[in-house]
Order: sequence, then structure tokens, then C-alpha cells
Amino acid sequence: MRRGKRRMIKLKFSKIYSFACGKTSFQRDHSRIGGHGHSRVVVCNEPGSFEGEIFSYADNSVRSTKYTVATFLPKSLFEQFRRVANFYFLVAGILAFTKLTPYTAVSAILPLSIIIGATMVKEGIEDWRRKKQDIEVNNRRAILHKGDGLFEYTEWKNLRVGNIVKIMKDEFFPADLLLLSSSYEDAVCYVETMNLDGETNLKLKQGLEVTSSLHEDFKFHDFRAVIKCEDPNANLYSFVGSMEFGEQKYPLSAHQLLLRDSKLRNTDYVFGAVIFTGHDTKVIQNSTDPPSKRSKIEKKMDKIIYLLFCVLFLIAFVGSVLFGITTKRDLVNGIMKRWYLRPDSSTVFFDPERAYAAAIFHSLTALMLYNFFIPISLYFSIEIVKVLQSIFINRDIRMYYEEANKRALARTSNLNEELGQVDTILSDKTGTLTCNSMEFIKCSVAGVAYGRGVTEVEQALGRSNGSPILNESINRLELKSNEIRDSPDRKEPIEGFNFTDERIMNGNWVHEPHADVIQKFFRLLAVCHTAIPVVDEETGNISYEAESPDEAAFVIAAREVGFKFYKRTQTCLSMYELDPISGNEVERTYKLLNVLEYNSSRKRMSVIVKDERGRIFLLCKGADSVMFERLAENGRKYEEKTLEHVREYADAGLRTLILAYRELDEEEYKEFDDKFSEVKNSVSADRETLMEEVSDKMERNLILLGATAVEDKLQNGVPDCIDKLAQAKIKVWVLTGDKMETAINIGFSCRLLRQGMKQIIIHLEIPEIQALEKAGDKRAIAKASRESVHHQISEGGKLVSASRGTCQQTFALIIDGKSLTYALEDDMKNMFLELASYCASFICCRSSPKQKALVTRLVKSGTGKTTLAIGDGANDVGMLQEADVGIGISGVEGMQAVMSSDIAIAQFRYLERLLLVHGHWCYRRMSSMICYFFYKNITFGFTLFLYEVYASFSGQPGYNDWFLSLYSVFFSSLPVIALGVLDQDVSARYCLKFPILYQEGVQNVLFSWRLILSWMLNGFISATMIFFFCTKAIEPQAFDKEGRTAGRDMMGVTMYTCVVWVVNLQMALAIRYFTLIQHIFIWGSIGFWYLFLLAYGAMPPSMSTNVYKVFIETLAPYPSFWVVTFFVVISTLIPSFSCSVIQMWFFPMYHQTVQWIRYERKKSNPE
Amino acid sequence: MASSSAAGAGSTDPTAARRNTKRPKYSKFTQQELPACKPILTPRAVISAFLLVSVVFVPIGVAALIASRKVVEIVYRYESKCIPSNVTDRVAYIQSSADKTCRISLDVTKHMKSPIYVYYQLDNFYQNHRRYVKSRSDEQLRDRSEEGSTSACKPEDTANGKPIVPCGLIAWSLFNDTYSFFRGNKNLTVNKKGISWKSDREHKFGKDVFPKNFQNSSIRGGASLNESIPLSEQEDLIVWMRTAALPTFRKLYGKIEVDLNEGDTINVTLQNNYNTYSFSGRKKLVLSTTSWLGGKNDFLGIAYLTVGGLCFFLALAFTIVYFVKPRQLGDPSYLSWNRNPGGH
Repeated sequence: MRRGKRRMIKLKFSKIYSFACGKTSFQRDHSRIGGHGHSRVVVCNEPGSFEGEIFSYADNSVRSTKYTVATFLPKSLFEQFRRVANFYFLVAGILAFTKLTPYTAVSAILPLSIIIGATMVKEGIEDWRRKKQDIEVNNRRAILHKGDGLFEYTEWKNLRVGNIVKIMKDEFFPADLLLLSSSYEDAVCYVETMNLDGETNLKLKQGLEVTSSLHEDFKFHDFRAVIKCEDPNANLYSFVGSMEFGEQKYPLSAHQLLLRDSKLRNTDYVFGAVIFTGHDTKVIQNSTDPPSKRSKIEKKMDKIIYLLFCVLFLIAFVGSVLFGITTKRDLVNGIMKRWYLRPDSSTVFFDPERAYAAAIFHSLTALMLYNFFIPISLYFSIEIVKVLQSIFINRDIRMYYEEANKRALARTSNLNEELGQVDTILSDKTGTLTCNSMEFIKCSVAGVAYGRGVTEVEQALGRSNGSPILNESINRLELKSNEIRDSPDRKEPIEGFNFTDERIMNGNWVHEPHADVIQKFFRLLAVCHTAIPVVDEETGNISYEAESPDEAAFVIAAREVGFKFYKRTQTCLSMYELDPISGNEVERTYKLLNVLEYNSSRKRMSVIVKDERGRIFLLCKGADSVMFERLAENGRKYEEKTLEHVREYADAGLRTLILAYRELDEEEYKEFDDKFSEVKNSVSADRETLMEEVSDKMERNLILLGATAVEDKLQNGVPDCIDKLAQAKIKVWVLTGDKMETAINIGFSCRLLRQGMKQIIIHLEIPEIQALEKAGDKRAIAKASRESVHHQISEGGKLVSASRGTCQQTFALIIDGKSLTYALEDDMKNMFLELASYCASFICCRSSPKQKALVTRLVKSGTGKTTLAIGDGANDVGMLQEADVGIGISGVEGMQAVMSSDIAIAQFRYLERLLLVHGHWCYRRMSSMICYFFYKNITFGFTLFLYEVYASFSGQPGYNDWFLSLYSVFFSSLPVIALGVLDQDVSARYCLKFPILYQEGVQNVLFSWRLILSWMLNGFISATMIFFFCTKAIEPQAFDKEGRTAGRDMMGVTMYTCVVWVVNLQMALAIRYFTLIQHIFIWGSIGFWYLFLLAYGAMPPSMSTNVYKVFIETLAPYPSFWVVTFFVVISTLIPSFSCSVIQMWFFPMYHQTVQWIRYERKKSNPE
Repeated sequence: MASSSAAGAGSTDPTAARRNTKRPKYSKFTQQELPACKPILTPRAVISAFLLVSVVFVPIGVAALIASRKVVEIVYRYESKCIPSNVTDRVAYIQSSADKTCRISLDVTKHMKSPIYVYYQLDNFYQNHRRYVKSRSDEQLRDRSEEGSTSACKPEDTANGKPIVPCGLIAWSLFNDTYSFFRGNKNLTVNKKGISWKSDREHKFGKDVFPKNFQNSSIRGGASLNESIPLSEQEDLIVWMRTAALPTFRKLYGKIEVDLNEGDTINVTLQNNYNTYSFSGRKKLVLSTTSWLGGKNDFLGIAYLTVGGLCFFLALAFTIVYFVKPRQLGDPSYLSWNRNPGGH
């Protein structure tokens, strides 16, 4: 809406971007057109033409679903049975149809089908959601040339290669298009590629000159062209092709290519020819599945399952051997031993004469019988629980960011519990710890420092230094700013500008001693940039579209001081400025001659302008490291002071730039311009290098004006959050591209570094290396650097190990990117890692995206601990994908980081809640859930085994078939799911109050082998107790007053009842958190068992077989049943209960201690 | 972007400004703030729990023990005594058609109030063997028309080409020792009615299903059945066909419905027909009264008392620990930074 009211100034920008946007000429690449990999032929604007038929390219519909209707069943089934456990159950289910089976086939297949069916339904729903999204995308509207110059709306999916489409402002491109013309004369347009690479700045695209006149709809009536280009590929930044238009052939490059999913900005409309559609488009070719990550708990769980498989195979083997022996003995020399089994006329499964075969077949039976050791519903329950846990994360109000209207988003539910085990956090700085909104706060002009603002870093430094005076002043300042913030009619703060100094503001600068320098300074800020002004027609306010927030801050600063840049035409920059002599606002126009662009190796940008009086200036701004050496002898007047100020600013955590200028005479400029345009239009591969060389020659002998300082404000709550994370003993490593001083100071302001911490700084800014650099021998530099880094690391190591035993000294390691390159080399990295992991804080400055990923990998593989990476920009993607958990900040820098993250949050400070509360809970839930799962299945499975011992291992289960199969599904699964979803050892408040609780996850206390095995042992003990108590109490005497004895059916039901009770009560004893849901599930499961028993027993005997009326007739009326179950249940629980009491009283874990604290506070202070 | 629709649609806030908010709706469930009780193992709770268990267990144990002790039980093991001493091959003897009558006498040491239940107890007999358990046809037992469904009964499914009713190994191996009791010379009637469960008689064994072709196969198993009596009244068979859970089991043989007095001598004439010698199983004759808790078995009573006592002891021990060495359990200093949790 707002955008519609604004007016864009029509102009030709093709000249501003002198580097990026040159003329495309045929280069080597173009010779490959038509050859292998470059075979695509697009016939434009001829729907249904012959050629169009030959090259039947895919249509423009996209499909992100995993399955189609046809493939859903086989594909999802295949996915399911790829899991070892599921496959095992499938084999068991198939075998159940043979004679080997110990139970009926239906009872074996049913639970498996329920589980598989439920999982498939879940998959189906997820896929349906994707399908709906696809439909939405495919049915977006685009304007298509229907022929005869008529354009009509159509759906995206109907677009075909060769179509001509018209895209309006702020619309997405429906496919990869070749830009033909735009609303601008020279066929330029602006494109926002946020969805592709996360960059928010606008990119300029320009169509070919020959097509740039096609402004009107009707002109497409007889437009014909043939485009030959490369085949679909994933490279976003390159494109090779040619267009045959008229009689001529024109080269095409990426400058003419508009990519799908990017957005048209600041341009009213464009016309384009569809080149790549649907899955051929670069963005979809580029979308790779994110690496699938599994949590440590799940990996360990696999091991437990394998362990259980071993147990299972072992007992099956033992059983088979014993079975084989007893079977063989049944018939010796024709004499039958157990004659009642008719061993003389037996099937192969029980044939004494083929005892080996019988034993082998029996082992299969046993494997089926003991499958209850493996929880069939485990995977499914885990998935359900994780989905619900993710919903909790997504729905947490406390992680909802009001200002950006964003909530947390768990993009994968696989890693919830991994959040509870994070040992090291690797964080980006800009945009993650800070807001990435730059504010112009200070400047130094002509050696005088201006700007009275206090940065957050200074506040933090003041606090940690504890200097009372500074503290007081800061307090006052804070008070004041709070007052200002709270007062309702305060002046709206200007975004990007936080500069207060009465000497400069309101035109007062004219009275300063160096007014002329100040004038040049701000004029430079107003001219030397690539921002585009946007004038709000209603209010006349000017805002700027800039490539980076820094740049916007400068233009805004200039505007606020009185150098109001308001108009950019293709060759001119217009601004209003205060004339110091007359005191009036005058209009000035500068003719823009050249732009020497910024890039990370140049670290500076310059413009060459001609003012109204015909003087030519080169205006340059850049990093201090490159600028000071470029100053002219006579331009160093303020060097010393400025340098000092720049250091101060860096200390205050500010980003600084040096401004300088130079006046050129006509001839000098002409010489440069000739050379520059020659190089620019050259075809050679090293064009860029040549251009750099040419510009480098110009950007010398500069005259220093001063320095700017912008503050990148810390996000709210970052220091507190880092403090909490430190208390939780999570290591926070900051990897940033900033200068070392800035990084260190940010470190202080976010409490990563504290006063009294010993800083170990590893860098290569030492004289010897610098000397070598001057000499330029690369090999010598590398060698010396390597040695130096090695030396520094080992020195640091010595320092650390010296203090290890003795005192509380904490260390911080600070390393710069250059040193890091060497430190990450194979021979040094372990030493480096050891040093780094002993240090409480770690800051790496001037690091590249690749280094970020490398450091992450080093930590992950080197320590084996869980790493979490957090970042917001495209440069963090590698790090996010490399780490065990990647957290994306859904901030201003676009979606790239979020798209490759596992969980997205809006602000860094939510990390505290995400880890300490959700992470801790999820970890705890998942680990206790898995432990409990194994416990309950072992308890059940082992009673079956014990029964086998008394049934000569014949494979006869002690329970009815349906009891067997429904155990995992109905009588014991819901309470576990409730545990996995709802359990809280400690409330969120206490989680945050005692961050040390988090260490339980890091040290993996709740899922240690000790704990897992003790749960398993508990299962074995419970099973043994249940079995022996039941059998000893019930057999062999009369069961009731009428003298009848209990048979297999009654014994089975009694034992099963005990198992259901014990398993559910054990759960009730193990958890410390009962909501209504838990009560319903636990008591409901037990109640349901009795109900089931009644219902099943009431069915006709043909269905209920030996359970017919067993409960209502033979068990319930007689006290024996109740007395026995009561005894068995209570006494089976006593050992584990006593153990947990002893553990809770004498060896409390962290969470238990916190539970005590909560309990005692409540007791002493009952609210 | 994709999630916007889901969140936006849910909000019904009338104020237009808030309409597009993604703010999650508050509910106690999604915010994980459901009201919950959080019991904790406090000393008081633990000690009272143990005391409670012992208070409940000890009386039950006493009652169970008394009940068990009140039951008078006479057990007589006869499988070797009923083999003439000159027989060396016991299996051949038992399979022979010789007269296997055996007379034993039982001394009643304590007054036995009627009804007195007569059991036979077998040992090392795997009625729970899978081959055995499966070898039966419930349809056939229940329904006259299902006579032919004998597929599960092999090898005792057919004899002479006709289906066996009742088929299968279980029926085939029916126990066939018989007992008759005399006090002095007076015959004590053994009532064999009502020794099985009603549901079995009424629903599992058909009133119109008669034994047919039974024990006619090559090898003779156990008892024969009177072909004129329907299965629902063949209670010995019904009892036998409810297979036992464990290899040592008792099955009800009948009831003696007169009191036996202390000092009485009961003479038993038994036909020792059943072959347990092949698999060296023991045979016992058991006469027993019952209590409310069934037959004589001290296990339950003793177990209750033991566990009750153990709980009392535990309660005591925990009390002592609690009073002698009280600990500030909720001391935040336990959460010190350098301590490992869980006593690692």
C-alpha cells in the first residue's frame, strides 16, 4: 500500500553499476551453445509452433510432495520397512501365516498394521499439506501473451517455455524469464532475490537493447525470437545463451535472466520470455534436501534396539537348543518318552528324529514369540510425541516476537531432544546477537570527535568496570532514555540515526572551526553510495533503498544534518544542502561519472563526480586498514587524531569507516576514464582484476576527512541470555566477520567476556609477518604465519594447563580469521580445539562463511559433543547445516538461513527458553520415554520367556494371542505418550532459575547406559517377580472354595493383569507430574484392560477361545485372584521404589534437587 | 510464508489491527501450564507409604496363613508304590493289559469337613506344550455339525478314515487312573458332578455331541469315553481339557461329601492305568478341604507377612535415617557448578 504512493524516479541506472552491469559480449562460453549441456532451444511467442512441439519441455507446475496417489502406497511402505524393527515385525507377521507361529496370524498382523497405518496416515497428511501448498503456488496468476498483442491472466502452471509474460510490480516471477523490456527506457529492472540467497538488497537486471523498445502490449503481436541456451542447472549466478532476433544473433548472460521466486521491485512492469519452467528453473534445481539430522538419543536408541535384538537372538537360541534337546529325547530307539505328544508321528516342527531341523524352525518361532522385547509402537510413539513437542515450541507465546509478528518455528521435529544436549553454541554476530539495524552514532571530522551518544558496549563496560562515576552517569542516561521512551509524545526516533551533538545538529556545524571539512564530510556521505531515494508523495519524506543498512545509515545521517539527497537520475545526484555563507538551503546537482564498487577484497567504494563548477572529485570511503595507506602526504593532517578516535570507536563496539576525497583534474580523469572503459568493455577473463588495478591507481593520494562510527545494536536481552547460557555451562562461541576490537567489545557488551577473564589472543598482526607481507613472498608468509600460530596456541595451552589445578581463572580465546586458517590445519587443529574447549569463551573474528562451517565441524567431530549453530544470513548456511542443530534467526536478512535451519526463532534471546526449557523438557521426555518403553516391553517379554522355561521351550505363549498383540498398542502405550508429551520434572520457571539443570542433558545423565541398563534390569526383575509370585501362589492347589484348580487360561490372565498394573503403576511412581491427562491415561489403561477382559470374555467361545468368561466366572468372584494380584503388584514395585527413594534422598540429580527446593519453598511459604 | 495461513485464520480478534497476528493463542495445554499435582518423595510420604503397605499386608498375610493352615490336605504319592515290586520294566507293565489294581490306605490326621475334594496331581507332564495345547478342535467339541473339523488334531484326527470325537492329543491322553474310597468297608461316594466350570459345560462342550470313534487309533492313549453320554456331561474330560499352566498340576477328580474324622483310615482302591513312567512323572492322590482362599498353600500368607515385615523394616530404617542424619534436601548449594549430577 505504502509503496503505491511513492514515486520512483525514472532513470537509467545502467551506468551506476559500472562493474556489475557491463555489455554482454560473446565470450568463450558462448561457443558451447548448441553443444553438450547447452542444447536448449526456446522459440519465443509461438504457442503451438512446430519447434515448440519438438522440444517438449516440462510445464510450469511444481511438485514438492514426496508421493503421488499412485506411488504413495508402495513408497511409504518401503520407507516404513526400511527401519530394522519394522522390517523384523513384517517378517514376523508374514511368518505368522505359517505353521511356525506361536499365535494366530491376525493377532500378529493387526498391531503392525495399526502402527504402519497410523504412520502412513501421518505421512499422508504431511504430504497433503505440501500438495495444498503446491496447488496454491501453481494456481498463482500471471499475465500471459495470448497472441495478437493481447495479454490475459492465466495460472502459473499453464505457462510454457517460449511464452511471453508481463510481470507487474511486487509480483514474483513465475518461471525463469529472459528480460525483454521494462517500464524503464533501457530495459532495466530491480529484483529482490531474498527467497533465493537471502539478500535483501535490490539487484539490477537489464534486457538487451534490441528488445528494450517493446514497451507496449501490442508490440508483441509479431515478436519472434529464438533463444538457444544452456540446459537447466543449479547455478544461480551464471547463464549462457544467445538470442536470434531479426537477422542478428545476440549474446545473453545472467544479466538478462529473471529467476523464479525472486520479486520485481521498484519497476512498474517487465516483459519476459519464459526460458525455464517448473522443475527446470534454477531455484528448484538448486533446492537440495537439507541434510537429514538425527538426534543423539535416537542414534543411541538404535544401539539399544540392536542390543535388544542380541538379547532376543540369544534367548531364542538358548530356547531352541534346549527345545532341540528335549525334543530329541522324546523318542529314543522307538520308545516314546512324552507319549502324549505322539513324537512318533510328528510334524517336522516337533520331530525328534529331525531334532536339528525342529530346533532351527523353533528358533524362528521363538524369534516371533519374543518380539515383545522390541516395542513395536516405539517409532510411531516417538514420532507422535515429537510432532506434539514441536507444536509446543511453535505455539509458545513466550517465543513469539510481537514486533515482527513471528513465532518460533520448528521446521523439523527430529531434533527436539537434541536441544537439551547442546554443549557448544556457535553464533553469528551481526543480525544474530545484534539487530542488524545500523545507527549512525558518532563521527570524527577533522580530528574532532562528535556525537554524545553512549553505546551499549560502553554501558556494559562501565558496568563491568564498576566505576561509580561512569555508572552514575550511565544510570542517569538510562533513566533519561527510559523517560523519553515512556513519555507518550516523544519524537519518533529516526531509524538508523542516533546521533546527538548540538555542535553539528540544526545547522550549527557552520560555526565549527573546520566547517569546510564538515561540509565535505557530509557531502561525501550524501553522494558516495548506491542508494536510491524514495519520495513519499504525501508527506514529502525521503527514504532510501540501500544495499546495506550501513549505507542507509550514512545517507540518513547526511539527510539529518542537512545534506538531503533526494533525486538520482541516470547521470546525476541531486541534493539540498545548507549553504554555509548564505545560510539558505540550496539545490546542488552532482554529475556522476563513475562508481567504483565496494567488494570485500577492496574494502572501499568510490564515486567520481563533477560538481556544478566543473570540478571533478573522487570521493572514497573504506575500512581503516586500506584507507590510511592511501592518504596523500598533505592529506594526513588529522591522521593521528582520527586514528585515535577510530580506536576509541572500535573499543566502544562501533563499526568505523574512513572518509577521504581527492580532487582530479580533467586530464587525469580523462586518462582514467579511457582506460577504465576500455577495460570494462574488454572480453578477457581477468577483466575484474584489470578493473581493480585501474581503480586502485585512482584511489591514491587521498585527503583525509574523518571517520564515521555506526552502532549495530545488541538485540534485547542478549546479555542476559548469554549469561543464563553460561550458567548452564553451555559454551558460546561467536564467529563474526568483524574487526578484532569490535568483536572483543561486543563480547564484553553481551557478557561473553568479563573483566578478570584472561584473554588469549591469537592473531597475525605482528611486525615480522607484516614485514613479510610487504615483501610479498607468499610461501614465506604462510610458513611464518603457521609457525607463529602454532607458537601462540602452544603458549596459550601452557597458560591454561598451568592454571588448571589451581584457581578459578577463566580464559577467553580470541582468534582472527587469518590465524584460524592455519589453526584449522590438520596438524594443529586438535591442539587448537583442546585450547578452545578449555576456554570459557571463544571469539573468532574476521571469519569467512566457510571457516564458520569448518569450526563447527571441528567442534562436532573433535569433541563429539552436540553443537548448535545460530545465524541469520546466507553466510551462516554452511554452519547451520554442519551443526547438530541449526537455528535460524528469522530476522531482516531474508529467509536463506531460516530455510536451511532446523528451528527458526525470531530473536536470539528466545534461545534461552528454547534450550533451557523446551530443550531440557524434550530431552527428559524423550529419554525417559524410551527407557520406559524398553522397561515395559522387557517386563512383558521376559514373563513370556520364563513361561517358556516351564513349557519345555515349545513356543507356547502364556497369554492369549490378543493379549499379546494388544499389549503394546492399548494397555501400555498411551501413558508413555502422555509422558513424552507432558512430563515436566521442573516447571519452566525453575528451569530458567537453575540453568545448571541443563547439564543433565549435556552430560546425558538421563540417557546414560547406566540408567538405561538399570531400567532394563528393573524390567527383568519385575518380570521375574511377577512370574514366580503368580505361579507359586496359584499352583498347584485349589484356586477357589469349590476346589477347582487354575489352568493355563486363568494363570495367563492373572499374570497379565499383574503386568498391566505393575507397568502402569511403575509409570505413576516414576513421574512427578500428574495432569488430568496422565491420570486418565494411566488409570484408564488399567481400567481398559478390565473392560477389555469383560468384553472379550463375553464374546462367544468361538472368538474368545480360552478367555471365554474367564474373568467373570472363574477369577473375579474368588478372593484368590484379588489377593494374589494385589500382593504381586505391590511387592513387585517395592524394590524399584526403594531404589528411587534412596537415590532421591541421598544421590539426588539436579532436577531432583530442584524439586526439593521447590517443595521446601512451598512448605515454608504456602501461598 | 507457508505458515501464515494457518496462524492467521485462527485469530478471531475483532480489533482489525490484530487480525493478521501470528501470536499463538493462549491455552493452558499449548503453553504447558496445565494444572498438575507434583508429588515428591518426601520422607513423610515415603515412610507412611511403607507403613501403610505393612499395615495392610500383615493382616492379609495372617488371614491367608490361617486360611491355608486350616485346610487339611492328604497327599499320597503312588506311582512307584502301585507297581509290583517284581516289575522291572515299568513302562511295559503299565502298557500291558494286566490288572493294575492297587490298594492304598490314607490316615486322616485331622478332622476334614465336607466337601472333601479329591485331586490327582501329575508331575513333569507338559500340558502346556505347544503341540499339545494346539491339538484340539473347539468347534468339534461345541457343535455336532463340526465333527469333521479336525485339522488341528493331527495325528489324532481320524481313525479308520473317520473323524475322532473328541479329537486331538489332549482328549486322547485323558487321565485314566480311577479311585474308589472306603472308610472301613463302607464305600465313600465320590461325586463327580460339578467339578468343571459351568461355562465349559454349557458353551464349550456340546450337549448333543457324543464321543465317536474315540481311542480307536493304532496307539491307545488314556481313558475311553462312554459314547452314550454327551461331552457336556463328561466332566473328567472337561477338566482335563482345560490345560494346566505348568508341568506340575492338580486336577479335580471329584468330591467326597461326608466329613472325615481324625483317626479315620481311608482305603483307596485305585486303577493305576496312566502311563507317567515313560517320562518319569510322579502321580499323587490328594484329598483336601478348602478355605475362602482355595487349597493349602502357605506361600501367599508367608509372602504377605514377609513383604509386610520388610516394609515395616524399611519404614523404620528410613525413619532412623531421617531423624539421625537429617539432610537439607533442597539445599541450592548442591547445585554447585563443579559437582557432577547423579553421583557420576
